[in-house]
Amino acid sequence: MTTQAPRFWRSIPQRYNLLGTHCNRCNEYFFPPRNLCPNCRRGAHLESHAFKGTGTIITYTTIHNATDDFERLTPYNLAIIQLDEGPKITGQIVSSQEEVKIGMRVRAVFRILGKEGDRGIIYYGTKFAPLIEPGCQEREEKSSDSA
Amino acid sequence: MRSVSIIGVGCTKFGERWDSSLRDMIAEAGVLAIEDAEITGEQIDALYVGNMSGGRFIEQEHIGALIADCAGLSRLHVPSTRVEAACASGGLALRQAVMAVASGYCDIVIAAGVEKMTDVSSGTAADALAAAADREWECFFGATFPALYAMMAKMHMRRYGTTHDQMAQVAVKNHHHACMNPIAQYQMEIGIDDVNRSSMVADPLHVLDCSPISDGASVVVLAPTETARRFSDTPIKIVGCAQASDTLALHDRRDLTTLDATVHAGRSAFRQAGIEPRQVDVAEVHDCFTIAEILAIEDLGFVEKGHGGRAAEEGLTALDGEVAVNTSGGLKACGHPVGATGIKQAYEIALQLRGEAGRRQVDEVEIGLAHNVGGSGGTALVHIFTR
Repeated sequence: MTTQAPRFWRSIPQRYNLLGTHCNRCNEYFFPPRNLCPNCRRGAHLESHAFKGTGTIITYTTIHNATDDFERLTPYNLAIIQLDEGPKITGQIVSSQEEVKIGMRVRAVFRILGKEGDRGIIYYGTKFAPLIEPGCQEREEKSSDSA
Repeated sequence: MRSVSIIGVGCTKFGERWDSSLRDMIAEAGVLAIEDAEITGEQIDALYVGNMSGGRFIEQEHIGALIADCAGLSRLHVPSTRVEAACASGGLALRQAVMAVASGYCDIVIAAGVEKMTDVSSGTAADALAAAADREWECFFGATFPALYAMMAKMHMRRYGTTHDQMAQVAVKNHHHACMNPIAQYQMEIGIDDVNRSSMVADPLHVLDCSPISDGASVVVLAPTETARRFSDTPIKIVGCAQASDTLALHDRRDLTTLDATVHAGRSAFRQAGIEPRQVDVAEVHDCFTIAEILAIEDLGFVEKGHGGRAAEEGLTALDGEVAVNTSGGLKACGHPVGATGIKQAYEIALQLRGEAGRRQVDEVEIGLAHNVGGSGGTALVHIFTR
């Protein structure tokens, strides 16, 4: 993990708020923000976009053996999440190993990601937690009613 | 462009080489290759060396000048260049060397690869390797290399019904091959149960699904094909040489069960060589994890997408299979000193095409292929070789 605060600070807008970009020309959303659109390149019209933070797990793993910085968290779940706007991102899933599934709906939550020892800076950023959507709940209730 | 051939090869033993430094190993492999080619230092026009992370592993950069110095070429002032593409650094060095000869800029060129990984703790080594992934948007959130390939495996299992036993079969086969390779790190047989019982690293990948941390160096000597027979009775022609790139982060890929860089490099190399994938007799593919070999044989076109697991299970990739894959033992069992791997693959294919592969020799080898991947697929190189 980085030991240089400026390197972390300059990505705070993205890490704290899931702030990415959107190309007005081809309509693709990018997270992390891209300053060059891979479709339109110099012809792109990029604008800043704050993602809703909801998405779906595309694939996942449970890490039992981590680098020194993350060893204390093992075992932990890591997934690739597709945000509802389109882009995919990598993040930890805060839930039990048994609970994580491909296709599971998740929402971004603000969490501590790491620390530079006892006196160094604390890294905050995004993890993902299971999302219980109002619609899903209703359906579940209905199905239990009918059962 | 001129046709390019391999006129000499050399490789150290791979493994935990506590008694050897990076300098010792590159000199050892270099001398073997130069003696094999029967050339002198004065004939060498340039050196290219693949090395992923001298800075992190031994706190030494400037590996280009270092290897020229270690090879005793400093007083001849031979130009020497270090190239880096993570685990594909060796394959990249080979391609740079091929281009130098093909273009006519150089005649005799050395392509080398070296990595000394065991001077640091395994945690430090894992972190250095993780720098091949996206440091800011994968590793920052706790991704490790095995985790990235585990996520590809998970999706492959779900989409194509691939099983962990099929993945384990890749490790079993490659260990079996390594038992017949004197330079291999793990010359011991394992069974599927051993893989399943080994500790979990990142679900579904166990320790025995992963390539090890290794030390080693490999060297090949290139010359224009038209003069190659002056140096070697068995020159090996490089008939395809291609490279492709893709997004650095796995999550940005078009498809998480395909390495598009492999697909593109493969197609380009096959087109150059004017052959079809099914014509390949022997292939060294990038099996940094067992699932990676399954993806590679699919992406190179040896089997249909989704059939890689079954191919491993049915022995299609064994020594006597339709295409013998990773006869050296692969990264899994021969070892994976990252910068050296791409050159070791060319070394193994050259031995197979010369008929010098000993007990692991495949019968009637005419076409060989080497496939080297950087990171989780951000870079791929494919080389095709014939006699």
